[in-house]
This record gives sequence, structure tokens and C-alpha cells, in this order.
Amino acid sequence: MWIYEKKLEYPIKIKNPNPRMAKYIISQYGGPDGELAASLRYLSQRFSMVTPQAKATLNDIGTEELAHLEMIGTMVKQLTEKASVEELEKAGLGAYYTDHDRAVYPVSASGTPFTAAYLQSKGDPITDLYEDMAAEQKARSTYEYLIQLADDPDVIDPLRFLREREVVHFQRFGEALRLVQDYLGDRKRVSMRMPDRKR
Amino acid sequence: MDRDEMLRALTAMDFYLVDMALYLNTHPDDTEALARYNAIINEANALRESYEQQYGPLYSFRSGSAAPWQWINDPWPWQAQFNFTLGGDDK
Repeated sequence: MWIYEKKLEYPIKIKNPNPRMAKYIISQYGGPDGELAASLRYLSQRFSMVTPQAKATLNDIGTEELAHLEMIGTMVKQLTEKASVEELEKAGLGAYYTDHDRAVYPVSASGTPFTAAYLQSKGDPITDLYEDMAAEQKARSTYEYLIQLADDPDVIDPLRFLREREVVHFQRFGEALRLVQDYLGDRKRVSMRMPDRKR
Repeated sequence: MDRDEMLRALTAMDFYLVDMALYLNTHPDDTEALARYNAIINEANALRESYEQQYGPLYSFRSGSAAPWQWINDPWPWQAQFNFTLGGDDK
């Protein structure tokens, strides 16, 4: 069950339209290292996670990623809503406009629609937590590239906030991994888990 | 406090709680952190109550409403006019 909270995790108030930045930032909505993939990854993996600490970590970070998805959608909306069709087209959004007008749709920066192939849910808690730590690093890198592409403080500020959250999440997943390794025993650190027995 | 100031304070407290809750998930025995968490929960609850009385419900199916049903009222969080500017003065 989820409860919607009618406010953003971090405020977004962009004064100047910038469809060029919208085209890049939308990758964190529906791209390979975006917030939708992150949220679905963690909220799916939690069903097979072990230890109270790691279950809570996946549940709560997966939930926070939904708040980040909302922030990214908000940025795309505010960056495009006052742009003319000519400006959208000049920014490389002519094809996007053809299919979606200024609506927010989950695609990558290059226009590839979202796919569940961006994420895994492997059933092995160690495997999943390593994927999660890698995912946080990939998202951090993406936010750094977006910050490099941006020049408006109204845009850079929330991107920096989101980048910092990736760093914190990486830290928490690292702690969860250590706790799960302790729980499963040292054998898990270096070897594979015992395969399911055939019945 | 006006609406923007209240929303700014609430956003700051709620962020503290989001971040602290993640920390507590992997440090459940840190009683000092837990005490700070509980203190901010109480402070945020009080502020949330006074915000909701003046500006309407914040939570789907957990907040009461004056008549007519206020949940549908604009602005929504994705609209620029919903949000406050950080630092106060317009950049």
C-alpha cells in the first residue's frame, strides 16, 4: 500500500523553458539508469530479500525512487510546457512531439522506450545487492553528466540533490550487503549459493 | 509563517526523516539517532497539522478535508506555482 503525499521531496521551480535539457533529463525518467528502473528493481527484489535490515532498505529506497521519478517528470514538464513547437524541434524533440506532444513518457535521452530489461530481480540476495550498488553508481554518473550539460541553477540544484541521494543509497546498500553476507555466512562472500535441489 | 515558509520547513523536516529512516534501517541499535528521529517526527506532525488546516490535505486518504472536497484543488506538486524557491529571494 502506498500513500501519496501532495508535495515534492525537493522543490522544482524552473522559470525558463529549455527543451534541450528536457530531452536529456528524461533519460532519468525512462532510461537505462533512470528512476523508474530503480524503483521497479528495488520494489521487485524486496520480495526475495533476506534480513530485516535489507528488506527495509529495498522497500524504502524503492519508495524514495518513486519520489525521484516524480521530480524528474516535473522537471521535464516545466522545461517544455512553455516551449514553442519550433523550439522543441530545434532541441531535437520533433520526433518526441510527434508521438507525445509535451506529455511525459518514459524514454531514454535517445528516444528508446522504457523496458524492464534495464533491471534484474535475480532471487539471490547477494547478486541483487551488488546490482543495486552498481545501479546507484550508474545513476550518480548520469546525474553528473546532466549537471555538465546544464547551465540554469533552477535545473542544476535539483540534479545535485538527486545525485547526492544516489551516493547515500549506495552507502545504505553497501551496509545491507555486509549484513546479508554476515547472515548467510562467510561462504557466500567468495562462492556461489547452493543450487535448488531437484525434487 | 506564510505557505512557502511552512512548506519549506516541512520539506526540510521530512527530508531529514527520509534520510534518517534509511540510516536506521541498517543501524537499528543507534538509540541516539532514533531519539532524534522521534523528536523530528513530533515536530513535523505539529507543523503538518497546521499546514493542512490552512492549505488543505497533504495525504491521500489520511488527511481530512473541509467542504467541498479539497483534495482536487490546484496546484499539484508538479506545477511550478506549487513549489517554493530555495533561499527565499528569486534568482
